[in-house]
Amino acid sequence: MYDAVIVGAGMSGLAAGIRLAMFDKKVCIFEKHSIPGGLNSYYRRRREPLEERKFDVGLHAMTNFIRKGEKGKPFSKLLKQLRLDYDSFQLEEQSHSKIQFPDAILKFSNDFELLKSEVARFFPDDYQNFLHLVETIVQFNELDLNATYQSTKELLSQRIKNPQLVEMIMCPLLIYGSAWENDMDFSQFVIMFKSIFLEGFARPRGGVRTILELLTKKFLEVGGEIKYRTPVEKIIVENKKIKGVQTPNGFVESKQVFSSMGLPETYERVSEGVRLPMAPAGPLSFTETILFYDKKVPLEQFDSTIVFYNNASQYRYQRPSSLYDNTSAVFCAPDNYHPNQRDGEGVLRITYMANYNLWKSLEREVYLQKKQEVLADSIKLVNTLIPDFDGNVTFSDVFSPTTIERYTWHKAGAVYGSTEKSRAGKTPIENLFIIGTDQGFVGIVGSILSGISISNLYGLMGES
Amino acid sequence: MTTQDVKQVVIDIIADIAPDEDLSVIKEDVSLREQLDLDSMDFLDIVMELRKRHRVEVPADDYPRLATLASCVEYLTPKFIQ
Ligand SMILES: Cc1cc2nc3c(=O)[nH]c(=O)nc-3n(C[C@H](O)[C@H](O)[C@H](O)COP(=O)(O)OP(=O)(O)OC[C@H]3O[C@@H](n4cnc5c(N)ncnc54)[C@H](O)[C@@H]3O)c2cc1C
Repeated sequence: MYDAVIVGAGMSGLAAGIRLAMFDKKVCIFEKHSIPGGLNSYYRRRREPLEERKFDVGLHAMTNFIRKGEKGKPFSKLLKQLRLDYDSFQLEEQSHSKIQFPDAILKFSNDFELLKSEVARFFPDDYQNFLHLVETIVQFNELDLNATYQSTKELLSQRIKNPQLVEMIMCPLLIYGSAWENDMDFSQFVIMFKSIFLEGFARPRGGVRTILELLTKKFLEVGGEIKYRTPVEKIIVENKKIKGVQTPNGFVESKQVFSSMGLPETYERVSEGVRLPMAPAGPLSFTETILFYDKKVPLEQFDSTIVFYNNASQYRYQRPSSLYDNTSAVFCAPDNYHPNQRDGEGVLRITYMANYNLWKSLEREVYLQKKQEVLADSIKLVNTLIPDFDGNVTFSDVFSPTTIERYTWHKAGAVYGSTEKSRAGKTPIENLFIIGTDQGFVGIVGSILSGISISNLYGLMGES
Repeated sequence: MTTQDVKQVVIDIIADIAPDEDLSVIKEDVSLREQLDLDSMDFLDIVMELRKRHRVEVPADDYPRLATLASCVEYLTPKFIQ
């Protein structure tokens, strides 16, 4: 009999597992895949002639950057709660990133003054309004679980005159963490604004594997168990109370279950005829192109780390009506994290919004062909953003919404989960809790903090 | 355990959960939250460590009694003697 079973060895599941096992709970994580990481994992691809590369699934940027010793921030809470050392993350900072629209470009970095000066320069009429908005954001208590929904777009439009500025501010925050199309709840906006603009971007030197190694090592050290290749097939409930989970190896009894697989995915597996709320699969998914070059982009030609690119008058953050939407993209140059080494292969990553249903409907042959189109468009975007770059592509991979679904089991490949969230982490079933994506906190740092706070609340404090 | 021992127990725990804090200058009667960068998550850890290391239970209603080092000692000492 376990005190807690955790479904999924992604960021939130590992974090929840560490917290519970640290305080002597008997905990087991069941993970369907053969490796940890979930939406932020890694994989290998081999091509003739015997060429192989390792890829991070996600990880453009870890948000919530702090300097060593900085206190009272989400990342410092994460370190304390998981008893991890700042240096072990081996963080490398972004140079700067930019939001590039047809008529304006705004740069930002881990020093908020840069964004302020950019707004002052390009939107002088709105500069004071922007400063007031920042003041509101700093004062806002985004962690109040009782806050009611407030449309960010409405609120920003009341406070900022130029709609272009509203769109530009919202663009990175939407694509880095909104499960909803074109708008987001203001408290979610505040979380994202702080984590991206006020704190900033960094990346562990070893990419996502550094984070996953830290988390799995800690979890095993404090006495947790992980079973890979072991899907939870059913969540066994009796009289609205958790009994345990069903796996291919049999029934596993547990007092509590913490699920990171998503709200619809969790409810679908509940054994008993409990009436559960509706939770639709989320609308937003992506294609991702990863390009390897025979050299790195020279810094004189391109020195940004991430570009939030949009080539239309409006930023459309929504499921496109075509396979993918090449009018906007997130463009990441992981080589431009500091201190950057200039020799060796270059890497560029391009994300487009994509329509899961359309990808899902393709025959195998057409599917492969369409991935080639995504690849060609991605290379075209490289040439648009870095016109003088003469590197040659040596290796590439494209993944689609169906790939995301196949490896993470998130319905419809919805990267930010369902539009329905369980903010309090509870479900109608006693001792069944939701962590991670569908508790409403996304991104690497967000989902780790979700695992921590929900396991604290119900796994550690809830007991007597 | 003497009150001095109990005080040391609390300080040792804080040193482990907040390794970046300088604990040599803690004032006994000033709230720990004010002097150190401790939040409600850290107080939960103090409580969890007390249970794990010393089998001392602090019910949620009593968390406010851990506000200062002096109040910790006053509240916890009888529990260590029991
Ligand atoms: C392409 C892409 C790029 C991204 N880029 C970034 C970025 O740059 N920065 C950033 O901060 N975030 C990024 N993200 C988002 C981030 O990866 C996620 O928000 C975060 O990893 C979510 O973690 P989670 O624990 O909530 O969920 P998940 O990672 O989805 O974890 C759920 C786990 O449950 C497992 N599972 C599912 N069903 C079952 C079952 N029945 N039984 C057992 N196990 C099961 C899954 O295999 C998975 O491991 C990106 C995501 C993607 C897809």
